[in-house]
Amino acid sequence: MQSYEHLAPSRAVKIRQRFVPFVVMALVLAVIPVFDPSRTMYSLMAAMGINIVFALSYNMLLGRGGLLSFGHAVYFGLGGYAALHAMNAIDAGDSAFWGNYPVFMLPVVGFAMGALAGAIIGWPSCKRSGVPFAMISLGVAELVAAAGYMFGSFFGGEMGVTGDRMVGPQLFGLSMGPVEDVYWFIAFWTFVGTLGIYAFTRTPIGKMSEATRDNPERVQFVGYDPNRVRYLVFIFAGAFAGLAGGMAAVNYEIFTPESVSLIPSGLVLLMAYIGGIRYFTGPIMGAILLTYMQSMLSDYSEAWLLYLGLLFIAIVMYAPGGVAGIVFGLLDIFRHDGTREVLTRRVKQAVGVALAFTGLVILTEVAVRWSNGYGEVFEPFGLHLGIDTPLSWVLIVGFFAAGFVTLRLTRNKEEGAA
Amino acid sequence: MSTPALSINGLKKNFGPAEIICGVDLDLAPGERHAIIGPNGAGKSTLFNLISGLYTPTAGSVKLNGEEIAGRSPHAINRMGLSRSFQVSNIFANMTVRENVRCGVLYSLGYGYSFWRNVGNLREVQQKTGEVLERVGLLDKAHLPAALLPYADQRTLEIAITIAGGADVILLDEPTAGMSHSETDRAVALIEQATADKTLIVVEHDMGVVFNLADRISVLVYGQIIATGTPEEIRGDSRVREAYLGDEDEQLALATGGAQ
Repeated sequence: MQSYEHLAPSRAVKIRQRFVPFVVMALVLAVIPVFDPSRTMYSLMAAMGINIVFALSYNMLLGRGGLLSFGHAVYFGLGGYAALHAMNAIDAGDSAFWGNYPVFMLPVVGFAMGALAGAIIGWPSCKRSGVPFAMISLGVAELVAAAGYMFGSFFGGEMGVTGDRMVGPQLFGLSMGPVEDVYWFIAFWTFVGTLGIYAFTRTPIGKMSEATRDNPERVQFVGYDPNRVRYLVFIFAGAFAGLAGGMAAVNYEIFTPESVSLIPSGLVLLMAYIGGIRYFTGPIMGAILLTYMQSMLSDYSEAWLLYLGLLFIAIVMYAPGGVAGIVFGLLDIFRHDGTREVLTRRVKQAVGVALAFTGLVILTEVAVRWSNGYGEVFEPFGLHLGIDTPLSWVLIVGFFAAGFVTLRLTRNKEEGAA
Repeated sequence: MSTPALSINGLKKNFGPAEIICGVDLDLAPGERHAIIGPNGAGKSTLFNLISGLYTPTAGSVKLNGEEIAGRSPHAINRMGLSRSFQVSNIFANMTVRENVRCGVLYSLGYGYSFWRNVGNLREVQQKTGEVLERVGLLDKAHLPAALLPYADQRTLEIAITIAGGADVILLDEPTAGMSHSETDRAVALIEQATADKTLIVVEHDMGVVFNLADRISVLVYGQIIATGTPEEIRGDSRVREAYLGDEDEQLALATGGAQ
């Protein structure tokens, strides 16, 4: 019998593409504490880890399954609430099971709750795909968010449910009190979550999920029920979102009904899409970038949400591959021959975008201060840029014009080359 | 006579007031190669969609190896051993050729909805995928993205996915549509080879292909089969000649004349 072993990727390729990235990830996670990050950095990284798993779980639906959901925070939130209730049960110590359950393992509770919620809510919603699926997910999100304020015993009303993570038996000698302990907890589960979601893409159902996304009709004629495929993917996406929720429960020790609302559902969509839904690493990049913007940019500018919106629109219109698409595109340029022209053009485009964006930033910052009416004035680099300062408008128009001209020039070149 | 591989009785399909298939009866012996011909709009594709489960029949029965399949969903019918191809290439464009065939193989080998196995470690799947690729001659293109294949190769891939699951009744919807003469010859050889000892139903416009390939031919006109028989019987049938007007009449005459 002839062997077709050679059709599969070689061992070297497998190691390079599947094994090394995870080793690198583990190393990075292990090395970070060596640099003795500040408390702020620790809490920022914890938020990043949670969002990485959350965004990856969302991309199981959007990127891999072709299912646009507007309510993914429902599973994140329910997982988080379940983990917090479990944390309080550990604290109470009445039952033998919860009394011996380590807080470190609470994301498993979140995972189970997310899977259960996915199995229940997915049952009706996965009978549809496309626009009806998106609408149902929106309806479910509204429903659960409304329930959040109504069912006080589970959701804790507007105050939410709080807990104390320094209870129960310790695992790995972590008391879970100091941020360093929490870091190891987050790092461990970020790694497990990422690995788990990647492993899912390698299973038969993971492959058929991509097939169903691309061609649901054909899937039927190779023996698969597309609704069943979507349903199973939905359960797993819910489960991993619940896992992220469990991480958040331990990290923040509080969950409020806001966590199941449309706002975090929208944010996770932005993270996945801006990162790049066609790449496995896309949502990771998106989660890191957006979490950073959320916590850092909001210190610099109260208009940061405007910049987020602009970034999203720009990505949708000009870089559908997202941040990952841009990064891998650049890597490709460096790898292949005849790169200089392409690279020069990319650099010119980047300069053009940066110039136009600078104009936009000045306009936004000047306008937002004037509109607030507190008499604040935008003063970058010792300049005084008020709404009635001619220099402001010179700069705004100047940067805009310079940016557009640069972009125009690269485009003309492109056409000339073709 | 043994149980027919496929047995269609009084099959009807209405779309609103329009009767598209009005009472089709057809029995196929196991291993038979059957061609369905007929003018445009006769209902050939609708008939295929009814058999494969994409449409639900208004009335009548379809039996696969003696078991009723009318009204079942396409994936259930596929699992019972009936597979079909499409008139327009219906492949997984974002995947490589090998991944396409693998999608066709997975369920039949019992790895349906499994989420605890790594596809890369499934020897059996790898072996079967390789065999199918070799059988249709796409082995050297295994790693190309399906969307980048030339048209004729996409059609071949379409057939490869169709046979990959090991179904014993194969429906091919215009497998040579849009191909050049040499491509058609190759496609016919491929179909003969790939569907050896399987039951085959093929809808085809190219009369040369039909008369070469088929053991028996049915002529479908306005949703009814007006004649069924061996290629010789169909050639001599006056009703068939009447049904074919214009170009197709000439084509039929050409094929008939050429073969005599």
